[in-house]
Amino acid sequence: MRCGVVMFPGSNCDHDVYHVLKHVLGQETRFLWHQDTSLRGVDLVVLPGGFSYGDYLRGGSMAALSPLMAAVREHAEDGGLVLGICNGFQILLEMGLLPGAMRRNRGLRFVCKDVFVRVERDDLPFTRGYRTGQVLRMPVAHAEGNYEDSEEHLDGLEDSRRVVFRYVSPDGEPAAADDPGNPNGSARGIAGVTNEHGNVLGMMPHPERVSEVVLGGTDGLALFAGAVGVAGELLEAAR
Amino acid sequence: MRATVTVYPRKEILDPQGKAIRDALGRIGFDGVDDVRAGKSFAIDLAVDDAAAAREQLDAMCKKLLANPVVEDYEIDLDGEEAAP
Repeated sequence: MRCGVVMFPGSNCDHDVYHVLKHVLGQETRFLWHQDTSLRGVDLVVLPGGFSYGDYLRGGSMAALSPLMAAVREHAEDGGLVLGICNGFQILLEMGLLPGAMRRNRGLRFVCKDVFVRVERDDLPFTRGYRTGQVLRMPVAHAEGNYEDSEEHLDGLEDSRRVVFRYVSPDGEPAAADDPGNPNGSARGIAGVTNEHGNVLGMMPHPERVSEVVLGGTDGLALFAGAVGVAGELLEAAR
Repeated sequence: MRATVTVYPRKEILDPQGKAIRDALGRIGFDGVDDVRAGKSFAIDLAVDDAAAAREQLDAMCKKLLANPVVEDYEIDLDGEEAAP
């Protein structure tokens, strides 16, 4: 599969994602510059983590207006795969491709640690390498990951099964906003959401940082493997 | 025309910064502070003389960029214009 990793001024997880897609999973992968206007034929677009535009105004708000984002929006609306990780998730929220918004973490601190998230559905391209209810260990690293929306919208999100990852305790119990297992105070422990058609995923944890044994974990690899369509035997081989 | 746009977290949304500031005010002796909302203020100079046109532009700016309507409210003050009723 042809994969593209978007670089914004201030992206800092772009090379990590590129490495996983290109070298770990052997996919045709290229960087895309935010000032370009074409996705150059890629099938999967990844908006990586970092501090695009120095988080001016709000995390992701300036990047959401980059020239390339018009093409990303079109790609998403045509059913193309879009994955936003951390700052990339914030960008997708600011673009309105995913619902909700991020607030400053409840504890006001930048949180950088491993957390546990539960897979809420395994019928998406991004999650077909997991099974529903599976608990994954992944790192988070952010100051604004406190997911918010109105109660009505949150109910709608739950009813339409659009919560994909939820912060949980190590044994899989959901972590409410004030629970220690919830790193940022996110409403209903929401760590990742998808759009109506399941082709756009935004998540705060960093799967690219746990995609190789040498990095201390492989729980994130199945996400990329699923997205590029090698979730089965190739995933086992890559591990 | 000079405008001041103020953006702040909506009432029903937890504002961790505002809460921390409120608590700090209490610690240094300012009792009776019920609530603090920490927001942002933008001083904007517009090459527009008509107040109605300016307000329309500023409203669109807030909706498209300056505020995130999911979690933030905004207020627009135009210099020299009577406060809106």
